[in-house]
This record gives sequence, C-alpha cells and structure tokens, in this order.
Amino acid sequence: MGGVVNAVFAPGFFHSDPVRTALIAGAIVALVSGAVGVITVLRGQSFAGHALSALGTLGGSAAFLVGVSPLWGFLTSGVVVAGAMEAVGTQRRRGRDVATGLVLSTALGLSALLLYFDTIANSTTGVTITILFGSLFAISGITVPAMILLSLVCLAVLALLYRPLLLSSVSAELAAARGIPVRALGLAFLLLMALSAALSSVAVGTILSTALLIGPAATALRLTRRPAMAMAVAGAIGVISTWAGIVLAYDSYHWAPAGKGWPVSFFVVAVIFTLYLVADLGTRLQAARARDRRTGSPAAAQPLATVRSS
Amino acid sequence: MFADYMVNAWDVATIVAIVAPVVGFFVVLRGSAFVAHAVPEAAFAGAAGASLIGLNTVVGLGVFSLGASLSIGLLGRRGRHDVVTALALVLMLGMGSLFLSWSTEYAPEIYSLLFGEVLGVSSNEIGITALLGALCLAAVAALYRPLLLTSVVPEIAAARGIRNHRIDMAFLAIVALATTTAVPVVGALLMFSLMIGPPAAARCITDEPLRTMALSVGIALATVWASIAAAYQTDWPIGFFVTAFAFVGYALAHVLRWAREGYARIRARKPLPGGSAA
Repeated sequence: MGGVVNAVFAPGFFHSDPVRTALIAGAIVALVSGAVGVITVLRGQSFAGHALSALGTLGGSAAFLVGVSPLWGFLTSGVVVAGAMEAVGTQRRRGRDVATGLVLSTALGLSALLLYFDTIANSTTGVTITILFGSLFAISGITVPAMILLSLVCLAVLALLYRPLLLSSVSAELAAARGIPVRALGLAFLLLMALSAALSSVAVGTILSTALLIGPAATALRLTRRPAMAMAVAGAIGVISTWAGIVLAYDSYHWAPAGKGWPVSFFVVAVIFTLYLVADLGTRLQAARARDRRTGSPAAAQPLATVRSS
Repeated sequence: MFADYMVNAWDVATIVAIVAPVVGFFVVLRGSAFVAHAVPEAAFAGAAGASLIGLNTVVGLGVFSLGASLSIGLLGRRGRHDVVTALALVLMLGMGSLFLSWSTEYAPEIYSLLFGEVLGVSSNEIGITALLGALCLAAVAALYRPLLLTSVVPEIAAARGIRNHRIDMAFLAIVALATTTAVPVVGALLMFSLMIGPPAAARCITDEPLRTMALSVGIALATVWASIAAAYQTDWPIGFFVTAFAFVGYALAHVLRWAREGYARIRARKPLPGGSAA
C-alpha cells in the first residue's frame, strides 16, 4: 500500500508550499467554474465564455506592464469586454457569434501590442507564455484570499439569480412574459462569466481556462439533466481533474524528455477531455442500445458494449 | 519598404488576403465564428510540435488543423458544435503548451506563431502558400452552390437531397486548409479576424453573395497592405494593425449602412423622381 502511495505521490508532495497553494486555488477555481459553466453550456454561450477568458490576455498583459497582480487585470478587462460584447451584440444567435468574434480579435490584437511592450520594457520574453498558459505552481500565496473572496461573491450572485437565469436560458420568451428583464440578466451573466474566467485564468492561463469552464459542465450535463445536480457534478469533476493534473505534473519532473516537468495546464486539460469523451461515448452507447431494444436487434450494440464499462 | 526581403511579405500577405475572406464569407453566413477561431489555435499546437521534431511548420499546421476540424465535425451533434469546439480547442492548446515546454525554441518565435510575423516568410514558403490557397479557392468554387444553400436554408437543401453533414465536414476541411495557408503570416490568434472582419463589413453594404465576396477581398487586401506598411514604419507587431484595421472597417461599414438607411427613410417620406443613388 505504502509503495503505491509513494509511486503516485512523489516524495515531498504534501510538504511543498507551491503544491498546497495550487491544490487550494485549483479547487476553488474548479468549483466556481463548474457552477457557472453549467449555465454557460445550457445557454449555448461557450464562445462568449472562451472570448471572455481569452480576453483576459489583454488585462493580464496590461497589468504586467503597470506592475499589479494579473488577477486584477483579468478582472477589469473581463468586465469591460462583457459590456462591449453586450453593446455590439444583437439578440440573434448568428449575429452574436460574429460580434463576439470581432470584439475578441480586436482585443487580442491589442494584447499582442501590450505583450510586445512588456517584452521590450522588461527584456524578459517569458511573459507571453506565463499569461497565456499560466501555471498553478506559480500562484503566490497572497492572491489566494482574494480568490476565495471573489469566488464567494460569484457563487452568491449565481445562487441569487439561479431561477430567473435558468428560465431565461430555457425559454427567453417565457421569461420575458413573466416580467424578467432578460437583457439585463444576460449582461449580469456575462459579468459572472468574466469573474469566473478571471479566477481560472490565474490558475491555468487565459487560453486554457475555457477548459475548466466548459469541460466539466458539458460532462456533467451528459450524466444528469437536473441543473443543480449538474453543477455539483461539474464542480466535483473540475476538482478531481485539477488535483489529478497537479499530481501528474508533480510526478512528471522525473519523466522524459526534458526532466524539468510537464506543464500543469496540459494535464488538467487532458484529464478533462478524457472524462468528457468517456461520458459522451457512454451516453451515445446507451442511446444506441435503447434504440436497438425498441427495434429488437441487440446484435448491433454488442461489440461496443465492452468499451462502455471502462 | 519594398526592399528585397519585404517582397515575400507583400506576396504572401496578398495571397492570404484573397483566400481568408472568401472562406470567411461562409463562416459568417453559417454563424460558425467559433470554429474559425478554434481551428487556427489548434494549428498552433501543430506548428509547435513540428518545430519540436524538426519538420516543416506547414506540415504540422496542416495535420493539426485538419485533425481538429474533422474531429469537431464528427463529435458535434446535429450541427451544434460549440461545446466540442471549445473542448477540442483547449486540448490542442494544452498540447501546444506541452510541446513548447519540451522545445528549446526561443520565446520570440512562439510569440510570432501566435501573433504573426510577416517578415519571417522565406521564398520557398511562398510556393506552398500559393498552392494551398489555390486549392482552397478551387474547393470553394466547386462547392459554391451547395455551401450557399445549406448555409442559408438548410431545410430546403436537405429536401433537395444535399447531405448537410457532408457539406459541413467539407466546409470544416476548407477552413483547415485556409488556416494552414494563413497562420504563418498573421499568427494563430489573429488569423480569424481576417476571416470574420472583412466579410462581416461587406455584408453590411451588399447582400448579393458574389459581390459580398469581392468586396470583402477588397477590404482584406486594403487591411493587410496598410498593416504591413504600418508595422514596417512603427516596428509594432503586425497582428495589432490587422485586427485594428479590420475592426475599423467593420465600424465604417456599419456607419455607412446606418447612413444609407437613414437616407432611404428620408427619401421615402418625400418621393423624388430619378434614379437610385445608392
């Protein structure tokens, strides 16, 4: 038993300060992202979610230029961009996509400029990679209390808006008929997404934080149809994947080819994607089997049935 | 500005500015901006991987962008692929960050892959870019009618016996091809502003498909040429100028449409004889 534990958790795993901070921060971020992500997936706003987190690049690079913690940069730019998207965007689904894309690309262009200034001002070229891909191990202990506070705010607002949000996601017309201000609610939700994107950008970097937002939520919605349940499942999946990613990354210091550790963000994303694929395959096989039972030809589903048990 | 080492940049940028908006017209029409954003970013991982094992970047770009777009098409459900797109995107980017951590590549080169580096284009890359671009345009021309029909009225297309799913897959492959052409020039993060911006602007001005395409190619060419000139003068990254000019173009087109609608409304109120000034 002890050998197995030692093999999984490399010696010194639980005594390292960066690891402890990473475990705590990762869990917080995963819980918030899971809850917000379920609503994002239900509303079909994956692109907006991705745009908001990718746009954190703008804030992150600006914050680096000014010299404040990237968290505040992510947060400010997220809020500004959410407002811009709401202003440019229309209510139609297709128009919304193009509006999101235009705001996204413009802001990315701006961040290209800011990153360029960063590299000139500090003559350190690693900034681009730190901001874009992040690292859980690089979070300083000082930002953790701020992260906890922000995630509590985020969860509280989400709980407050839970019912109207859900109703307007399922049917905007019905919500409007009930007197819910759908447009204001949409903006409030964009702000919530910006908040959670800022949190996860600190953890896994701006362009990978989409993984924490969408992945666990989409997996959970494959497993259960009840939103509250899905939020809990998504949070759990997020925490498990983040922690598994941290353990694997810590172990990878002894792996080929470089012997300097693989990036945490890669492991987190890989675990999330694997879980989604398994859940998706499972539900597809279930649906196929149900169809076969109806038509009375079970043979078709036979060869694949073994895959599902994995 | 037109020195020998800049000629390649002008040539390649021109090819990209012709191919990207033609494909982008259908991207805007089908509302698949997210896919057009995801595929170039996925291709970035391919470029990082190719440089790791010493292959030509274009090979890595092609393999990864094609793989990403086909798996998005296969895993998507009934034409809805936003969740799968997001997941494929982050998986590819994660792999990209893994490859980067293995490689000994200097950070500026990564930066140029993400945000574009026109000056880095060598003469033998022009041939590949031109070939891929021509292939892309030929594919769009061959699939023009079914693509248009499935984008605008998928129900009628289905009733006519066009397989929406197959056209969708073919379209995703075309996006992948266009990505491979353009990413070395404008970068993975910015390629899609050339795909989205000019067609979205052109659609504000005209509705007729072929005219929209021609107009968006014109806007894209103006954008790219102005960007190269500006980047050369200021030494700032070209990606910034491409996105900024694309956005300005879109905003101008909106203003133009707004002005024209206002003019039409005024004219409707007091009927005038004579031809249409629009």
